[in-house]
Amino acid sequence: MRDLGHIQNPYSDGKVIDSCSIFGMMDTSGKRFSGEGIIRAIGNMHFRGNGLGGGFAVYGLYPEHPDDYAFHIMYNSDAAKIETEEYLNHRFDINLAEVVPTKLNEAIINPPLVIRYFASIKPEIAHAHCVNQSQDDYVVSRVMEINTHIADSFVFSSGKNMAVFKGVGYPEEIAEYFQLAQYEGYLWTAHGRFPTNTRGWWGGAHPFSIHDWTVVHNGEISSYGTNKRFLEEYGYECTMQTDTEVVAYAVDLLARRHNLPVEIIAKVFSPPFWHAINRRSPEQQEMLGTLRQVYSGLLLNGPFTIILAHQGEMIGLTDRIRLRPLTVGVKGSTLYLSSEESAIRLICPDLDKAWIPMGGEPIIGSLKSPIIPGSYNQNSAAAGSQGI
Amino acid sequence: MKTYLPSRFMVERDKDRCIRCQVCVNQCSFDAHYYDCDDDTIRAREDNCVGCHRCVSFCPTNALNVRQNPLEYKSNFNWTSQAIEDITKQAETGGVLLTGMGNDKDYRIYWDHLVLNASQVTNPSIDPLREPMELATYLGRKPNEVEVDSDGKLKTKLAPQVRIEIPVMFSAMSYGAVSLNVHKSLARAATQMGTMWNTGEGGLHPDLYQYGQNTTVQTASGRFGVHAGYLSAGRIVEIKIGQGAKPGIGGHLPGEKVSAEVSRTRMIPEGTDALSPAPHHDIYSIEDLAQLVYAMKEATNYTKPISVKIAAVHNAAAIASGMVRAGADIVVLDGLRGSTGAAPKVIRDNVGIPIELALAAVDTRLRQEGIRNQASIVVAGGIRNSGDVAKAIALGADAVYIATSALIALGCHVCQQCHTGKCAWGLCTTDLALTKRINPDIGARRLSNLLRSWSHELKDILGAMGLNALESLRGNRLHLRGIGLTDKELEILGVKMAGS
Repeated sequence: MRDLGHIQNPYSDGKVIDSCSIFGMMDTSGKRFSGEGIIRAIGNMHFRGNGLGGGFAVYGLYPEHPDDYAFHIMYNSDAAKIETEEYLNHRFDINLAEVVPTKLNEAIINPPLVIRYFASIKPEIAHAHCVNQSQDDYVVSRVMEINTHIADSFVFSSGKNMAVFKGVGYPEEIAEYFQLAQYEGYLWTAHGRFPTNTRGWWGGAHPFSIHDWTVVHNGEISSYGTNKRFLEEYGYECTMQTDTEVVAYAVDLLARRHNLPVEIIAKVFSPPFWHAINRRSPEQQEMLGTLRQVYSGLLLNGPFTIILAHQGEMIGLTDRIRLRPLTVGVKGSTLYLSSEESAIRLICPDLDKAWIPMGGEPIIGSLKSPIIPGSYNQNSAAAGSQGI
Repeated sequence: MKTYLPSRFMVERDKDRCIRCQVCVNQCSFDAHYYDCDDDTIRAREDNCVGCHRCVSFCPTNALNVRQNPLEYKSNFNWTSQAIEDITKQAETGGVLLTGMGNDKDYRIYWDHLVLNASQVTNPSIDPLREPMELATYLGRKPNEVEVDSDGKLKTKLAPQVRIEIPVMFSAMSYGAVSLNVHKSLARAATQMGTMWNTGEGGLHPDLYQYGQNTTVQTASGRFGVHAGYLSAGRIVEIKIGQGAKPGIGGHLPGEKVSAEVSRTRMIPEGTDALSPAPHHDIYSIEDLAQLVYAMKEATNYTKPISVKIAAVHNAAAIASGMVRAGADIVVLDGLRGSTGAAPKVIRDNVGIPIELALAAVDTRLRQEGIRNQASIVVAGGIRNSGDVAKAIALGADAVYIATSALIALGCHVCQQCHTGKCAWGLCTTDLALTKRINPDIGARRLSNLLRSWSHELKDILGAMGLNALESLRGNRLHLRGIGLTDKELEILGVKMAGS
């Protein structure tokens, strides 16, 4: 019999279906803050999950190792650890390896070993392999290889100055296990999961990460079959049978490989309807029309809210008819994204502004254009939508 | 020679109801009814009846019924009535048996072994009466990626695309095979509904140039009616290599059908036979196809997608891959059940593969080779309803072609007598007395209604799946399940068994 602890989708359903709570907060001035607030906020939406998955992504986490790839890898066996470390040692200079500190609580059952490695690509390999591809491309390929070829190993995250912590449990229990209140970052996202499936595998919890992008996702992507086959043409193998994996790969394709900005990516995932496009200026009609025609296979159709994050940027997005909730809050230079307004109000009762964005309208927080404190006061003219 | 063939149909006339108005006599183009003035009664020549129901539909007193002749041969699984009668006909004529319409054999219809998905609980179905629902489809070559410059301005320029509002187009039926009124009906309906109709290889009548924006102009092995003005009149140029009803076979429009108007449109002398050769005489290999594709692109200044149509044959996947590499922007596959105005019966009944399998194989192959975005896939051959359309889209088609369904909308009862040129419904004929039975205004309304019904139904199907854009169903085989299929069939279709 297969060990369910190792398999994301033991019944080989077309895909795993889940419903969730999601939360994101970012200080767009770049100031780092502890995980305490987000842990309370996601905990406030306890009932939206069912204890079968929780996780966090943190950016600006390791300022002491800004240029190293911070691999966070889970192991279900000693053999996997030995094999993976040998694999890494051949290709990377490991500057630091340490067990991610944990504190067991009774909710956590049979946790895997999680080790973090701060590493850089060996210069000779960088020289040989990174001519036609960037170092990031090389790392992405190696992570895929570990995840698909080394049994019992799974890379939670591999970006620089960031990490993903996740597992099977309620998010507040996972936070306690990984002692996340002690960490600081300028951007945090969190996820509580309600899969319609068995008790799963730690790697299957959100956030999903590829390169330094992370995705937390609430919803079911009904276009999964179309999206998956589209991505397969670009060499992505969707092995985990979850629709969140599809989002992560789609972001990777559009952002890293096709070099598109997030405003445009949002219009691929949640494009305006044709009748709305036809009301735009000729230039925008051409842009939006071209995106819809070329990337029709990446329209994410069905109810979803996602929070995407990467270095310096956080994006909240719903499907184009907003079948899943998203509330935005702003206080000073901090941007909050949440499934429920109550969770934001719990940790920040006096928001400058809170609103529900239109379906398909991206909400973007960025270090490049930080929110000017006060600009979102209720009466301010600046308050409103962003994006194209 | 006395024929040994029994009549296929029996004409039943209720003497109490019959008012001897002779509508049936006038309507029947096969002379199956006649008025016997000696007895002041209407009688039938049942040998002539083809079962087209024209008389039944028009009898003002419902006095008529036509049923299959219940005459039974001694039962025999090998020597069926059709096998016996085909031999009898050949013994009496010494010719190739001709027939019309698509393959009527009981080959498996895969559409009827596929079922669609719907949303329950975990995602909401979407009500098309309340929410927008998009069926618009763009046909043509797409690039692998969109490029924008550092200011976020679009750098990518798309190859020519054709937008259709519903993923259903009217398939090729040539002028000569069908009448001008049928062409007018198709052209007007396509224009009203925002889709395309197809000239077939008989050229485009001067009256129809006004519908050019919704016209696909075809060039086939006979090159009938092809000139610069014709090519630039249409939105899409289609190169026809083959046809599902008669893969590998040319065409023959008998001289009797080449009237003055047909002669003018086809650019051939009046009364001469119009023979389409089996192959294009300038296409003997794939690189020759590439030359013709690019000749068409040059001729139209790269302003129109070039479509290439083949019959679905055994190695359709490899051929389609070659077609895309040869520059085809649209790949049309015409399946085993594809229809015809006239074809040798032995070819129609025995050559080609089911469109469902061909479609699945071609879509899979183009994706494996990473070139699926370089061409749209259109399938034809036996599409009967919007359920078939949805299943075709889910298997990977961009759009479908319909011809028989369109003719049925105009009155066709699928009696399979197209090759006789005597169509009592006025469709597949150039006999002026018959062609005026089609009023293009009414015909266009009937065709538009059909497309409108299907588009409502497609929106219901999409909404039930929780999708609000057709492109999210395209190639989404997870929304299909198979019933009663073998593992190998499921594998080729790329579909899971129902329950799994």
